[in-house]
Amino acid sequence: MAMTDVQQAPAHHHKPSGWSRWLMATNHKDIGSLYLWFSFIMFLSGGVMALCIRAELFRPGLQFFAPELFNQFTTLHGLVMVFGAIMPAFTGLANWMLPLMIGAPDMAFARMNNWSFWLLPPAAALLMLSFLVPGGAAAAGWTLYAPLSTQMGIGMDMTIFAIHIMGVSSVMGSINIIVTILNLRAPGMDLMKMPMFAWASLITAFLIIAVMPVLAGVVTMVLTDRHFGTHFFNAAGGGDPILYQHIFWFFGHPEVYIMALPAFGIISQVIPTFSRKPLFGYTSMVYATSSIGVLSFIVWAHHMFVTGLPATVQLFFMYATMLIAVPTGVKVFNWIATMWEGAMTFETPMLFAIGFILLFTIGGLSGVTLSVAALDIQLHGTYYVVAHFHYVLVAGALFSLFSAMYYWFPKMTGRMYNERLGKFHFWWSMVWFNVTFFPMHFLGLAGMPRRIPDYALQFTEFNSIASVGAFCFGLGQLIFLYNILTSLKNGKPAPALPWEGADTLEWKIPTPAPYHSFVEAPQVEADHNGSIVSMHGDKHH
Amino acid sequence: MESTRQEQTHYYVPAPSRWPMVGAVALFCLGLGAAFAVNGQSPGSLLLGVGALILIGMLFGWFGDVIRESLAGEYHGKEDSSFRWGMGWFIFSEIMFFAAFFGALFYVRVIAVPTLGDMDYKLLYPDFTASWPLSTGPGITSTYQAMEAWGLPMVNTLILLTSGVTVTIAHWGLLRGRQSQLVGGLVATVLLGTIFLGLQLTEYHHALHSLNLTLASGAYGMTFYLLTGFHGMHVLLGTIMLAVITVRAARGHFGPTRHFAFEAVAWYWHFVDVVWLLLFFFVYWL
Repeated sequence: MAMTDVQQAPAHHHKPSGWSRWLMATNHKDIGSLYLWFSFIMFLSGGVMALCIRAELFRPGLQFFAPELFNQFTTLHGLVMVFGAIMPAFTGLANWMLPLMIGAPDMAFARMNNWSFWLLPPAAALLMLSFLVPGGAAAAGWTLYAPLSTQMGIGMDMTIFAIHIMGVSSVMGSINIIVTILNLRAPGMDLMKMPMFAWASLITAFLIIAVMPVLAGVVTMVLTDRHFGTHFFNAAGGGDPILYQHIFWFFGHPEVYIMALPAFGIISQVIPTFSRKPLFGYTSMVYATSSIGVLSFIVWAHHMFVTGLPATVQLFFMYATMLIAVPTGVKVFNWIATMWEGAMTFETPMLFAIGFILLFTIGGLSGVTLSVAALDIQLHGTYYVVAHFHYVLVAGALFSLFSAMYYWFPKMTGRMYNERLGKFHFWWSMVWFNVTFFPMHFLGLAGMPRRIPDYALQFTEFNSIASVGAFCFGLGQLIFLYNILTSLKNGKPAPALPWEGADTLEWKIPTPAPYHSFVEAPQVEADHNGSIVSMHGDKHH
Repeated sequence: MESTRQEQTHYYVPAPSRWPMVGAVALFCLGLGAAFAVNGQSPGSLLLGVGALILIGMLFGWFGDVIRESLAGEYHGKEDSSFRWGMGWFIFSEIMFFAAFFGALFYVRVIAVPTLGDMDYKLLYPDFTASWPLSTGPGITSTYQAMEAWGLPMVNTLILLTSGVTVTIAHWGLLRGRQSQLVGGLVATVLLGTIFLGLQLTEYHHALHSLNLTLASGAYGMTFYLLTGFHGMHVLLGTIMLAVITVRAARGHFGPTRHFAFEAVAWYWHFVDVVWLLLFFFVYWL
């Protein structure tokens, strides 16, 4: 305790104002807000590209865009949503909530935290500006497969360097998350007691530092193939285009879980709160999440079943992939068991969480379908795959993010969001999401290829339905924006504990969360999933 | 240190800082500049240069702040463990970066090149026989020679291994409070790192001019240059870091119990050393 009152720089005690508060931020809440706003802007940008795609696909034939531009839209839609929207949104939430949930004063490296964020706008600018250069943006699909990516113009180089910058950003952000969780937990917040959201963020961060450098490596090889005469992906020099796919998917498959595990963490906080019961099987949740993390490294070639891999290799990757369904099934079972006989209420966060469980399970099951090598050969590169990963990424990652935003909005801002609008946002999204993406299963089963601006006439009806759904779904997201903006100004003041069943550490401090929380580490007594039995000695500014 | 770690309840959170923003501007210039430069377009090199200058300024400013905070006694046990975890996981991410290139090397050696040499490809490349190191590519007509392991590369191996010893001698000096042993060991390590880099350049000159080995020399040339090249850049970075640490050591910044910066650089140096051993084994020798 002797060190408590060591002189602190005066800047710690007042809240910086104006632009410098955001440009020079070292406060995890400010940086978290920056991440969240940035990711929402990117979500809207990527969404506009998605709507361009759906507009083109409303009818067969070419209506609005040349095929080259269409391909640029599909590529940038993917890159923007993955690296600009979903990953930064989860990092933003982790920034905002982790220190509050584990009793830390801030993130472990507060200055580096700001660099992690401020690298994202330049990377996004590189991606967006690439539409304007000769040849346009990258058009090889978000996977940037060679030999497509070893051709094309300067837009591809801008994409490669954008990926390098985003990689630096997410590796630094992840090291920050790992160190914060390992080093700055309040006394009494044991690893096997901390919230599932902290566990999920920790394992996600490990995945990121393991695979983002691999992505940086492989796009560097693309760059040297393009400009420095190497032949990594060219048989004429002893290379192989399939090598690109191996290295890319060694990154790419863990990347899938980088976008899914934090969602699991959020759902594991929301479901117990609104069921007014502790999370069922907390320990098994921790082990299931860890197993998914480990398994994600040995399943990558299930993206490559049509590349002519030997049958034994296909069998290995097929069974390893199916194995992931086991820990995922444990999680779904535990969420349902948590709700079982709970005193449930259905506020907006809970609706999104239940919607998540339902739709993510559908996406998971179509994933098991695709893992069957024999079936995948039929379905590879079709709209069935598009349907599958939008069920896990839109209804999975995005719905969990909405759930989290509604859940923590009162804690972040001190105001309540509009519950009626929130519920309307949920039902609107739920309905139009399915109208958009469910028909894509049928399109894929019938053989419609992805990433093509035109299609055979028999696919017209389902495509038209999907396009109508997509525009309605997209417009519905403006309800969310409207709700957030009006509630920030005029929302009802939030009570200290807006959710009766919430018992993790962030709900034990004042609402809205003070600018500097846990300036002194509190002493806590915690139970599973970060639920707080008692706490003393906290101090805020 | 151990006792304060138990008691410490306050963690140092830095005041608002302009350096992250400056660093973001630097990386934007570097990214955009590099994209233009690799296409030989005009603002490219200029932007690259500006970006590099801003980045160097940012590194000086940022590390300067950290050093001032350290000397002002702002860091205690908790901050020290944060730095240690942080550096450790950073090195882990670097290992994964090299893993991508080693993966490419193993793939072309074990799968791509033998496949191109087998019967299925005789129609495409009738004269090609698979071997390692390749002396010509299936679609490359000019011939080149591989780098011999037991010349300069062997000398470089001994140099890096020796530098691992000298940095440890410096560490012992630091732990026992022997300033001259600390500084002497560091100076020796920096010198060895510099000699390594000089020999590496000599080796590249030899490869380019006597062996006709370039980046464009197919599977052998590309893996050789990218693996040794990225390693060389890490040696360069490590040498610069060691030089900074040497200056700080000479100024008496470190004590027997307070010298995380020294250890971080030493860890980094050992990491570079181990990567070289793998390179020597898989790229030069086998």
